[in-house]
Amino acid sequence: MHPAPSVILFTVLSGMGFGLLAFLGLGWPVPAPGWMAFLHWGLGYGLAVGGLAASTFHLGNPKNALKAFSQWQTSWLSREAWTSVATLVILAPVALSDWLGLGWPRGLGLVGAVLAVLTVGTTSMIYGQLKTVPRWHSPTTPLLFLGFMAAGGAILSGNALPALLACLVLAAALIAAFHFGDTAFARAAQTTGSATGLGRIGKVTVFEQPHTSPNYLMREMIHVVGRKHVRPLRLIALGAGAALPILLLLLPASPVLFALIAAIHLIGAAAARWLFFAQAEHVVGLYYGRR
Amino acid sequence: MTQLPSHTDKKLGLAIDLDTCVGCQACVTACKGWNDQSHGLSDQDPYGAEPSGAFLNRVHSYQVEPEAGAAQIINFPRSCLHCEDAPCVPVCPTGASYKRVEDGIVLVNEDACIGCGLCAWACPYGARELDQAAGVMKKCTLCVDRIYNENLPEEDREPACVRTCPTGARHFGDFADPDSAVSRLVAARGGYDLMPDLKTRPTNKYLPPRKKDRPQEASVLAPLLDIKATGLAGWLDKVLGKI
Repeated sequence: MHPAPSVILFTVLSGMGFGLLAFLGLGWPVPAPGWMAFLHWGLGYGLAVGGLAASTFHLGNPKNALKAFSQWQTSWLSREAWTSVATLVILAPVALSDWLGLGWPRGLGLVGAVLAVLTVGTTSMIYGQLKTVPRWHSPTTPLLFLGFMAAGGAILSGNALPALLACLVLAAALIAAFHFGDTAFARAAQTTGSATGLGRIGKVTVFEQPHTSPNYLMREMIHVVGRKHVRPLRLIALGAGAALPILLLLLPASPVLFALIAAIHLIGAAAARWLFFAQAEHVVGLYYGRR
Repeated sequence: MTQLPSHTDKKLGLAIDLDTCVGCQACVTACKGWNDQSHGLSDQDPYGAEPSGAFLNRVHSYQVEPEAGAAQIINFPRSCLHCEDAPCVPVCPTGASYKRVEDGIVLVNEDACIGCGLCAWACPYGARELDQAAGVMKKCTLCVDRIYNENLPEEDREPACVRTCPTGARHFGDFADPDSAVSRLVAARGGYDLMPDLKTRPTNKYLPPRKKDRPQEASVLAPLLDIKATGLAGWLDKVLGKI
C-alpha cells in the first residue's frame, strides 16, 4: 500500500496526542495550574487536532468531510470521526479546569480517557477490517496502534513506569506483527489463479498488462518501492520505538530526558508506520502479477 | 445508507465469456467513451509520456499452462462485480457508496464522496478508481443511464461494453431470475465467482474457456509423409543406406 506521508503523519501524531490526552484525562499527572497545564494539554490537543487536520490532506474531495459523521453504524472511518471529536469535546472542560486551577470534578476526564482509547481503536480497525490486505487483517493491527498510543502517551506525560511497560508491550506487538505479517499473504491463499478463476486450468501468469503506465490501483495498492530497506527500518522501529526508550527510562527521570525519549520514540513510530503501509500487500496486485 | 440491503428485487449483472473474448479492448473504449461523456472520467497526460486515467473496465491477458498440453492465452475483462455482500459499501464513511434495493447495482453518489479511497482498498477486484481530476471515486454503474433510458432505441438499453462487444463475450441480465438468458448461460457453462473465499458473493459471473481439442497422437498427414523414393533416387537411397 502507498505510504502517504499525510496518513503516516496523521496516525503517528494523533496516536501520541490521544495517548497524552488519555493520561491527562485520568489525572496522571494533574499538571500544575497555569503554564504547566497549558503546555501539557496544549501539546495533547495540538498533536491530536494536527493529526486530524493532516488526515484531510489525503482526501480527494475534502469539502464533503462533514458527511463522514453519518455512517457510524457500518463504517470504522465514520466511527473514528465521532470518537475523535467526542474525545476532544469532552476533555475540554477538564483541560480548562486544570489550566485555570478551577478544581472541577474529574469524572469527564475518565470518560475522555476511555474515548481516546476508542478513537485509536477505531483508527486501527479502519486497516484491521480489510480482508483484502492480509497483513493488516490481524489482531496485531489494533495491538500496534494501541501500543504506540500507550507508549507515546506515557512518555509525553512523563510517566516512567507506564512508559516502560508500554514499550515492552509495544516491542512484543512489533515483533508479532513482523513475524505473523510476513506469512499473512501466503496464509490468505489468494493467487492469480483464484483471482481470475483460471487456476482450475493450470498455472496462471501475466501475458500482457491491461495498460502501459501505472493507474490509481497500482500507485495506491501495488507500491513496491517503499519495501526496500525493510531490515534496517525494522531495526529502527524496534530500537528507536521501544528498546532505546526502555534503556533511557531506567535513568533518573527529568523533563529533558523525557523530551529526548519522546523524540527518539517518534522516529521509531514513524519508521514502524512507514513499514505498516509499505509492506502491506493488497490482493488486487494478483491481477497484475505483482504484490 | 451504507448498510447493505438484505435482499434486492433484481440482481442485474454481467456474464463474461472467457472463451469468446478476443481481448480487442473495444469494451474498455466503449465504457470510457460513454462514461466520460455522461459524467466524466478524467485522464492525466493522455498524449504525453506517462498517460494515465480512470477506467471502469480493464482487459487483462493471461498465459495459462495446463498440466498437459499447450499453454493458452486467455483475455480477462475486469470490472465491478456488483457483489451481494459488497465490501466497498459498509466501509464508506459518508454514505456515498450504496447498493440499490431495486436492481442490486452498486453506485457512488459523487455529491457525498470525500475521496478517502477506503472503498477501493476494501474491494478485492480493483473495481474502483479515484478520478484524479474530480477527486471522487468512480466505478462501473452497469450503465444505469442507458439500461433504463427510454430516449435510446431498445437495442441500446444495455451497458456500453455489452453493446459494443464484437464477439458477444459479454452478456447482461438479471441473475435473480433463474430463467433469464444469463442465468441459463451460467448454469450451462459452469459460470464461476472470483475469489469466492472472500465471501463477497459477486453478481457477475465468468464463463470458463471451453476444453480445447487435444492434438491427435499421429498426424493426419502421416500417410503422405511416408515418402518412398523411386528410380535413380531410390537406387541412391538404397546404396547410400548400405554405406
